[in-house]
Amino acid sequence: MEGFKKSLLVSLWFMFLVLPIMGVFVDSVEDVVIWRLERVLYVGICTFFLSYVWRFMIRKKEAGNKVDEESGEEQISTYSKILSSPSFYYPLLAGILIFALLFPKLFSMYQVNIMISALIYVVLGLGLNIVVGLAGLLDLGYVAFYAVGAYSYALMNLYWGVNFWVALPVGALLGALCGILLGFPVLRLRGDYLAIVTLGFGEIIRLVLENWGDFTHGPSGIANIPRPDFFGLFTGLSNSIHFMYYLMLVLVMFTIFIVNRLKNSRIGRAWQALREDEIACQAMGIDKVKTKLMAFSLGATWAGLVGVIFAAKTSFINPASFTFLESAIILSIVVLGGMGSILGVILGALVLILLPEYLRAFSEYRMLIFGATMVLVMVFRPQGLIRDVRRKIDINAVKKALGEANE
Amino acid sequence: MDYFLELFFSGLTRGSIYALIALGYTMVYGIIELINFAHGEVYMIGAFVGLTVAGVLTSFGFPATSIMVMASMAAVVYAAAYGYTLEKIAYRPLRSAPRLSPLISAIGMSIFLQNYVMLSQTSDFLSFPKLTPEFDFLEKYSSTIGSSDFLIITVAAFVMIVLSLFIKFTRMGKAMRATAQNRKMAMLVGVNVDQVISATFVIGSSLAAVGGVLIASHIGQINFFIGFIAGIKAFTAAVLGGIGSIPGAVLGGLILGWTESFCTGYVSSDYEDVFAFALLVIILIFRPSGLLGKAPVQKV
Repeated sequence: MEGFKKSLLVSLWFMFLVLPIMGVFVDSVEDVVIWRLERVLYVGICTFFLSYVWRFMIRKKEAGNKVDEESGEEQISTYSKILSSPSFYYPLLAGILIFALLFPKLFSMYQVNIMISALIYVVLGLGLNIVVGLAGLLDLGYVAFYAVGAYSYALMNLYWGVNFWVALPVGALLGALCGILLGFPVLRLRGDYLAIVTLGFGEIIRLVLENWGDFTHGPSGIANIPRPDFFGLFTGLSNSIHFMYYLMLVLVMFTIFIVNRLKNSRIGRAWQALREDEIACQAMGIDKVKTKLMAFSLGATWAGLVGVIFAAKTSFINPASFTFLESAIILSIVVLGGMGSILGVILGALVLILLPEYLRAFSEYRMLIFGATMVLVMVFRPQGLIRDVRRKIDINAVKKALGEANE
Repeated sequence: MDYFLELFFSGLTRGSIYALIALGYTMVYGIIELINFAHGEVYMIGAFVGLTVAGVLTSFGFPATSIMVMASMAAVVYAAAYGYTLEKIAYRPLRSAPRLSPLISAIGMSIFLQNYVMLSQTSDFLSFPKLTPEFDFLEKYSSTIGSSDFLIITVAAFVMIVLSLFIKFTRMGKAMRATAQNRKMAMLVGVNVDQVISATFVIGSSLAAVGGVLIASHIGQINFFIGFIAGIKAFTAAVLGGIGSIPGAVLGGLILGWTESFCTGYVSSDYEDVFAFALLVIILIFRPSGLLGKAPVQKV
């Protein structure tokens, strides 16, 4: 009964909240007021039931926290245990690989195109994962580096006729350079400040691209960017899209390989240590400046690289593709997938990019759902879809083994 | 000289609005050390509520003055309600989480609110009625400073004075200052911290709504995206003055307003927003604690 009363109050409260925004629309052109009170009622009914779910989830979360505290270790879900066992892991990997290779043969060009964008976001997510997930530096201007890559190819092609294969490393390099340029002055800043500065930086880049009309063609963008060719092979639209797909596939695998290596390397460990406790980390002799700069520039490198591919894929770019929302999407991929976890980020990208494409009816609500998921994930599952499982060494087991060896 | 004065007053007008919104950022940051990313959206929602209420009242044929008063009141009440709910849903469950979590949750909330307004009120620019009365004060200067500029500046100044008195002398104000200094200690001496945090959100949001209605009626049009830019700029103002410091927010707002106004007036109007962002980046690099802020003491 208590819960019923609470939920009733919550639903009344939300009906009150949405009344002027959702319930009424003032059409100032026709000078009429359109009442849409039925929507307010729907919101009331939905929140009534949702508030039950909300309370249930909060209680569950608190109970979970208690268990964590009592046992002193984090709960690892069963499916991540299954995933980490080799007898299951390798066949699954092979299956995915075969499916990915056959994808263009099995599906239409439209599907392949969507898949290419999803793969682009996978790489972007993995790149941002280095900065946010591993190093714990919240970068809200990530899309600026993406823009740098895309524009460097578009502009170099426009003015000097540079081809795709030259632009690819140059774009990556320029991205890295911009990463260092931004990273260097803002290293001293802590989490929230850093987020805002990077956001400001991203907006500056976008505004410059928009306003520097003579050089970048302003808001109208640059068209007719050539798709890549490979020694004159793969000409024609369908072939070149297939080629693009395989190129992306290779890049994704390359990225996974590198990021995985980085994560368990010395520098990757330093990033994670820095994320956990900066001061302790410095006390252990880790060079903070170098480590942070590495994270920034490595993250930006991927963005620059994919930017070039994005420009080649769409063959048209304008500043509207590089807004803050894009950064937010990439960030939510990382957050939703599970910060620091490679598998999580890949899944996050596929879910967030592919789902709206297949649920066309909801595409209007895409950003709404994005925002809501970000909040809900943070509240109920801060570790994301897949928790980053660190490699651990069980000291007791080692001691035991050593002890046995000594005896 | 006339041109200079014109820019000066337009900078003052902008600056007052920025300061009004910046106060919300600063107060919230001072108490829970969180950048309330969705604060700009609360400002935007305040403006939209003002628009809706004004439209409905106009269709019922109310007199202009009562429309003005009721629309502003409704905007303030609703913004406060949204601010309160926001804190309850998106920030309170994350009180003890690592610092990155509430920030991401705030960004999510901001995106959510933007799209919620966009979907229910269209993404077009909607024209906002002129709520402020036209009057001629000092005829000689009416070209340099219009009546709505004058109104904005006075209202902003009045609101800020009331706020500082509130914080200085009332019980809640004292509790807020205590909580800002040390949350645990405040809790020990019997301050209801949850209540204080809610009150901070409510007050900050209402200030933002005042700013939202004033500027919307000044410019004459609004859309769902106005909160984003205004929020970033107000945040810049807060950082500029030293986040957490209330006079700092006012100072920062005014400096930012003047910078923008003079730069667009004398340099170029294309890069209006770039100046604000560039100022933000420069300030954060050279003086991360802001002009009036204290350098944070890192506790180990």
